[in-house]
Amino acid sequence: MSTNSTTSDRVAKVFGEPTPHRRGTVWPARVDQYLDEGIDERDVDRWVQSACLLCSNGCGADIAVKDGRMVGIRGRAGDTVSHGRLGPKGLYGSTPWASSPDRLTRPLVREDGRLVETDWDTAMGRIVEVSKRLLAEKGPLSHGFYTSGQLFLEEYYTLAVIGKAGLGTPHMDGNTRLCTATSAAAFKESFGADGQPGSYTDIEHCDAIFLYGHNMPETQTVLWTRILDRTRGEDPPRIVCVDPRRTAVAEEALRTGGVHLAPRVGTNLALMNGLVRELFVHDWITHEWVAEHTVGVDKLRETVEPYTPEHVADICGIDPDDLRSAARIFGESENVLSTVLQGFYQSHQATASSVAVHNLHLLRGMIGRPGAGVLQMNGQPTAQNNRECGADGDLPGFRNWDNLDHVRQLADAWNVDVMTIPHWAPPTHAMQIMSYAETGSIGFLWISATNPAVSMPESARIRKILAGDQCFTVVQDLFLTETAELADVVLPAAGWGEKTGCFTNVNRVVHLSEQAVEPPGEARSDLDIFLMYADAMGFTDRDGAPVVPWRTPEEAFDAWAAVTAGRPVDYTGLSYAKLRGPSGIPWPVNAEHPDGTDRLYADAIFPTDTDYCETYGHDLITGGTVSEQEHRAMAPAGRAYLKGAPYTPAHETPSDEYPLLFTTGRTVFQFHTRTKTGRARSLDQAAPDAWVELSPADAGPLGISEGDWVRVESPRGAIEVRARIGRVMQGAVFAPFHYGHWNPDDLVDAEHRTANELTMTVWDPVSKQPSFKTAACRVTRLRAGDGPAPAPTNTASAPASGANDVEARVPATGGGSATSSRVLAETPGYALDPSQIESGREDH
Amino acid sequence: MPHLSTYVALADHSEQTLADSLRAVAEGHARQADVFHTCNTLAGWSDQHRQDLAPVVERYGEQEDVDEPERLRADALTSTREGEIGLLRDLQDLHLLATLVHSTWTVIAQGAQGLRDQQLLDVATSSREETTRQLTWLTTRMKQAAPQALIVAP
Repeated sequence: MSTNSTTSDRVAKVFGEPTPHRRGTVWPARVDQYLDEGIDERDVDRWVQSACLLCSNGCGADIAVKDGRMVGIRGRAGDTVSHGRLGPKGLYGSTPWASSPDRLTRPLVREDGRLVETDWDTAMGRIVEVSKRLLAEKGPLSHGFYTSGQLFLEEYYTLAVIGKAGLGTPHMDGNTRLCTATSAAAFKESFGADGQPGSYTDIEHCDAIFLYGHNMPETQTVLWTRILDRTRGEDPPRIVCVDPRRTAVAEEALRTGGVHLAPRVGTNLALMNGLVRELFVHDWITHEWVAEHTVGVDKLRETVEPYTPEHVADICGIDPDDLRSAARIFGESENVLSTVLQGFYQSHQATASSVAVHNLHLLRGMIGRPGAGVLQMNGQPTAQNNRECGADGDLPGFRNWDNLDHVRQLADAWNVDVMTIPHWAPPTHAMQIMSYAETGSIGFLWISATNPAVSMPESARIRKILAGDQCFTVVQDLFLTETAELADVVLPAAGWGEKTGCFTNVNRVVHLSEQAVEPPGEARSDLDIFLMYADAMGFTDRDGAPVVPWRTPEEAFDAWAAVTAGRPVDYTGLSYAKLRGPSGIPWPVNAEHPDGTDRLYADAIFPTDTDYCETYGHDLITGGTVSEQEHRAMAPAGRAYLKGAPYTPAHETPSDEYPLLFTTGRTVFQFHTRTKTGRARSLDQAAPDAWVELSPADAGPLGISEGDWVRVESPRGAIEVRARIGRVMQGAVFAPFHYGHWNPDDLVDAEHRTANELTMTVWDPVSKQPSFKTAACRVTRLRAGDGPAPAPTNTASAPASGANDVEARVPATGGGSATSSRVLAETPGYALDPSQIESGREDH
Repeated sequence: MPHLSTYVALADHSEQTLADSLRAVAEGHARQADVFHTCNTLAGWSDQHRQDLAPVVERYGEQEDVDEPERLRADALTSTREGEIGLLRDLQDLHLLATLVHSTWTVIAQGAQGLRDQQLLDVATSSREETTRQLTWLTTRMKQAAPQALIVAP
């Protein structure tokens, strides 16, 4: 049933072989595969079901195992997310780290200032001793937990129960705060609860796609492949791109007759208010739907009234006619899909700007049907689970901490006193946790599967907090990361493929990832580590039984599914057995939706009822919480909120001393702080070291040429890296955030390249997501380099066209190992795919 | 209308006091990034309320010589306290000041309605709405800070 298999270098050809198709038809299947050099498909002992963990897209995949080692990966053709595809990070980066010689294989404890190897009893003994002492002296508020977007659902839920029912601390958050908190916050403000309304299948049915601050070709390559297969097919959608860089999205916008809007960094909300205002001015409003299904339209109209195209153009530095054109595309399209990511989430007025995307959709009634959807993206593969399970501080199951009935449901499920569960105040967000750890108010901080020494803003401050004596720090990870180096106890963890668990992607699709191999040495799964701690601490319920009674991932999953009953995030119809099918399954899955749910809100009933909602809402400018009484008075009763806010200038704007805007971001070839991708040769050699991008107009007067070493300095710190004369807008400087001092290539200088040295400690008032996109900086030339900057050329970091003949001098990015790919002649059936349902094909 | 003009003066003065105090707390607790930025934002709102009120003040003239509401005046925070418990107390002080502003606008709105002074009514109504938002943020932030400050902070 397959056509010819082709081989390709997926570093050079990031998206692989195109499979363009007509609007309204199913996305063809293409199975991508990578095996270590020297391994033939016939050598593989077995394939183990999983899903890719190297971005938030959640592509179903099988892990190749030979002689007890992971030796490659293959996409699952029947998976609804990817239809068999994998991106370069997933192909090259999924397995090499596992057998890297520098894996942590034994626990470490700090002795006389140095980390030394020890056994589990000693390491856990030390943790428990400090934990018990602090509990006795200061109580549970002395404890904080900072997790990840890369653990499994079972691990988050277990930790959430330990934290909320065992200890009773509100100080729990994940690095999801840095990547996806705004997505959750925006959903809650507009719709009453978290939960992705849209589906990837909207791509096949829309006539326009708006990407807001979302460089999808580098963050979710497989999803962008899906879009390219539509924009290069018959009856393509138009693309509208909001991004300060001339990204591939921007180029596709121009190619499809759409618009590239490049607002000044920090001015997103002004732009959004301008778009919303255009809908009102041209009466592109679905009045009846708005009247029936929303609250707040008059107030919103009033809020956006001052944002004329000319006024917005002044603030944002764009052409007012471009704003008009973009609004017209939104206003005149039948079905628009919007996607949002870090350009909004990590920028100024994050939640208000993301909520404005919902406003556009609500005003046109474009939600809940194929093609008309919103995808507030996530940055990490399991970020969604952190939000669902409550390891990010929220209450499990999208429950409202301000609703005593919701807290009681959990107290009953866990058989603990309702007072044990911290619900008296908003959960403590990551930056506040660090602030408490800074003073020693939190004296016990447990960090799992994340590297805040590199990824948090103002990293010099974070390192000082983690290294200080005022707070005992436990770090659990695969490697001795920049963060682990500072810990008091380091625990060796098993990673993906070395343990079993589930995770859920951006559009609610739950995948089971089975254990394929044994972890190295004494490394243990994060679940086992948390259980070990719970056992040693002796957390018990009202009857003296263990608060965490489960022992296995499957038992943890079933316990989780049980507490989701009756909530929007309903897992009650899911089990490991059900997830061992050809495809992941999107929640809610329950008696009413036994095969899952492709998109939410098809009935235009939103989870805003006062007794049901996850939050009563916030003031988008201050973050002040709306009270239950105020919420009840608005009587939303299933209607969505239209909420607006005025634009305010960013907290730090350019000055004479720091004349440029500093903004951080990603490259397609690295993920996070490179823990995995930096250990995959094909990926690492494509982006081996940090760089900054400058526009030709800014570089010229500073005397900076391609590849020169430059110093970039903000009021908080500096980096010294090589310059790419690139495609960033004039006045802005872009730096990738992936690079800490861990240095697999023995580069000369890895000590001065962490982009977060420059970023500021400031966060959105509602989502509490730190702003990584708005700092002021200055750039000075240090010396000539010995070649071009180490930035990829086939991505948004490509050289500026025509600048000093840079393009000619910079070699094309490539050199990835061979991968294979085959397009299936017959596309499998996907249970919920509207293209197949509409064409009468439901016979799967 | 000697008493209304006294209250107009009181509104002007108490907004000024609130703005100054918000800025003092912003500076004093600048290490708490949200306190720094939000207090400065809220101070800007109070400045705006005074600007909106300025034409009315001009019309009525400020009366400084009536005794009774004088006792309602509160002093601005000129210095701030240290640490987590200090932040909590400073926020509580701000809440007291904002409450005075809020009730002052309520009283003025009543007077403005009696006088059918639409301009003053508009100023009082819109200002009071924003004062409510200031109070809401202060309450939210105090609720967040209180458990840690009361139980654990050194």
